[in-house]
Amino acid sequence: MEKNIKKYWPIFTVPTMAAFMIGFVIPFIMGIYLSFCKFTTVKDAKFVGISNYIRALQDTIFRHSFWFTAAFAIVTLVLINVIAFALALALTKEFRGTNIFRTIFFMPNLIGGIVLGYIWQLIFSGILGPMNMALNLDERLGFWGLVILVCWQQIGYMMIIYIAGLQSIPGDVLEAAEIDGANSVKKLFEVTIPMMMPSITICTFLSITNGFKLFDQNLALTAGEPAKMSEMMALNIYNTFYGRTGWEGVGQAKAVLFFILVVAIGLIQLRATRSKEVQQ
Amino acid sequence: MLKKFMKAGLAATMALSLAACGSSGSGGGSKDASGKVYYLNFKPEADAQWQELAELYTEETGVPVTVLTAASGEYETTLKSEMAKSEAPTLFQVNGPVGLASWKDYCYDLSDSDIAKQLVSEDFALMDGDSMAGIGYVIETYGIIYNKALLKEAGYTEDDIKSFEDLKKVAEDITARKDELGFSAFTSAGMDGSSDWRFKTHLANLPIYYEYKEDGIDNTDAIKGTYLDNYRALWDLYINNSTTDPSQLSTKTGDDAVSEFVTEQAVFYQNGTWAYGDVMELGDENLGMIPIYFGVDDENEGLVTGTENYWCVNKNASKEDIQATLDFMNWCVTDEDALKAMCGGEGAMPSGETGMGFVIPFKKCLESENALVNIANQYVEDGKDPITWNFTTMPSEEWKNGVGSALTTYAADQSDKNWDAVQKAFVDGWATEAQAAK
Repeated sequence: MEKNIKKYWPIFTVPTMAAFMIGFVIPFIMGIYLSFCKFTTVKDAKFVGISNYIRALQDTIFRHSFWFTAAFAIVTLVLINVIAFALALALTKEFRGTNIFRTIFFMPNLIGGIVLGYIWQLIFSGILGPMNMALNLDERLGFWGLVILVCWQQIGYMMIIYIAGLQSIPGDVLEAAEIDGANSVKKLFEVTIPMMMPSITICTFLSITNGFKLFDQNLALTAGEPAKMSEMMALNIYNTFYGRTGWEGVGQAKAVLFFILVVAIGLIQLRATRSKEVQQ
Repeated sequence: MLKKFMKAGLAATMALSLAACGSSGSGGGSKDASGKVYYLNFKPEADAQWQELAELYTEETGVPVTVLTAASGEYETTLKSEMAKSEAPTLFQVNGPVGLASWKDYCYDLSDSDIAKQLVSEDFALMDGDSMAGIGYVIETYGIIYNKALLKEAGYTEDDIKSFEDLKKVAEDITARKDELGFSAFTSAGMDGSSDWRFKTHLANLPIYYEYKEDGIDNTDAIKGTYLDNYRALWDLYINNSTTDPSQLSTKTGDDAVSEFVTEQAVFYQNGTWAYGDVMELGDENLGMIPIYFGVDDENEGLVTGTENYWCVNKNASKEDIQATLDFMNWCVTDEDALKAMCGGEGAMPSGETGMGFVIPFKKCLESENALVNIANQYVEDGKDPITWNFTTMPSEEWKNGVGSALTTYAADQSDKNWDAVQKAFVDGWATEAQAAK
């Protein structure tokens, strides 16, 4: 067996490595280089130093989009995880139809972000129209519209991860807690949640990075209206890149800053939740 | 809505383009020519026709021609990625001086080409200093398209509308009798991405045109906004006399406006000759087009005519490919079948499909079967001043978006404060964007 692996390892690793290099590593390095350049297409780049970064940081809309995105990521982080956890708890109880409910809650996740954005735009217009309001006239409406949309889409997915986590908690631990006289609230906070920390780590990581990276839903639902006030970071980068002649490099610089930010937040968050994980 | 789905389909387009590139490389079993042509087309509405024309050309000459059409609103995006490939487009488009600024390093000098000699006027060439960077290949016209039958039903004819004041009077009268008549004056001035260009770009051309004219310039880094009050008056008229409550305009799409117009819910619809295919079902006898009366020089004002479609040849392509591309361009505007396809209407394509219905600024241009084009020609014959397309000098997409957003906000709440925001986006935004694009 081991001999075979030694002999055939390229078959297993080379295709993936190649795909990873072509699809990620090379574009990534190119991207960092281009953030220091002025260019129209990626092949005719001219080195200009850090001026792109200076222009990116001077952009007030970019700063606004950062705060908007941060607020969005925090709100959705809390809402998605609390609701998904509650649903997971409910749907691991024994009653008829849990599988159907699980499927239904999971389904929105199968629809692409752009399509969801337009579906919800129609729904919101239908609701807000008669009240003489519109999603893309008010940044707060746009914000909450996005929150609702993303919650609807992602709760089901996180719920599935939590269900898997709940099912892996050994019954004897809960039983022991019960015999020791723990009530259900105590059982939840003292036994279930600590045992669930690995799932919570994954789900919080996914929802916070998804929150920061959100693009399709933002483009489809509000497109940044009114006047870029609901523009999130990813959309801001896209618009910078394509919105003006000669700003491609600035868009690229913003993308690098954005990358550093998401990685930093992801790492901090991982460290914070990891430290609370317990051995089963 | 269509445009939005197009956006969603961008990924698919990209994938297609990859496939297209692959096939263009392998299809080189040519008879006599060694080059090949790869055209990145700007007009989604003419995609099928270009594909057919490309096939026809390959059949006749053996030169492989690949046509890729960018999704609506995604031309720059597609061009940027296509140009970075080793099989880059040999023939591409820019929209005017501002578009040229991005791409001038890629433009082959067309001064000595055969197609340049076919141009009816040098005005249709896009110059970069002494070099002829682009050649406009289609002339288009826009104005306010109206439904003759409905206008008559409301008790008016075209002769009653000769100025902005007349237009205002008629529109407001129709609005007042809206319930009795069963239709509105204007289609919804939708500010969704599929429709907002009609106002933030095309309508905004008028204040720019009159200002340029007054100052005797054709480009500027600092617009003054001399005629913004007229712009406001017209915008007020559009939004307050339409099928839709002004606060709901932000979500209305281009398709909404088309359907309101063809289902006879509204009399007026601001759009241009390219929209003929959408509205032809009303019948040529019911279609009219009037100038967008702006209240400055209504007596002489004609329709708005120009081009934002300039052909450019990629100078980084191989010599053979450049030659093949020049030959193809020249063929498009001289060959009988190709001319018929470009200018003709119903049944003009060799396969019997509808032609592109263009007016082309070349010597051999055929008479158009597009009813709106013929109306446009009539205005010129009547001695009206065609308004030129100056929106190609707008400093950036960002500027257009800024104006569009401000217009939407103003539509929902028509206060002076919100109009100040439009003015700010228009005047200050222009200066900022012109500076940023340097």
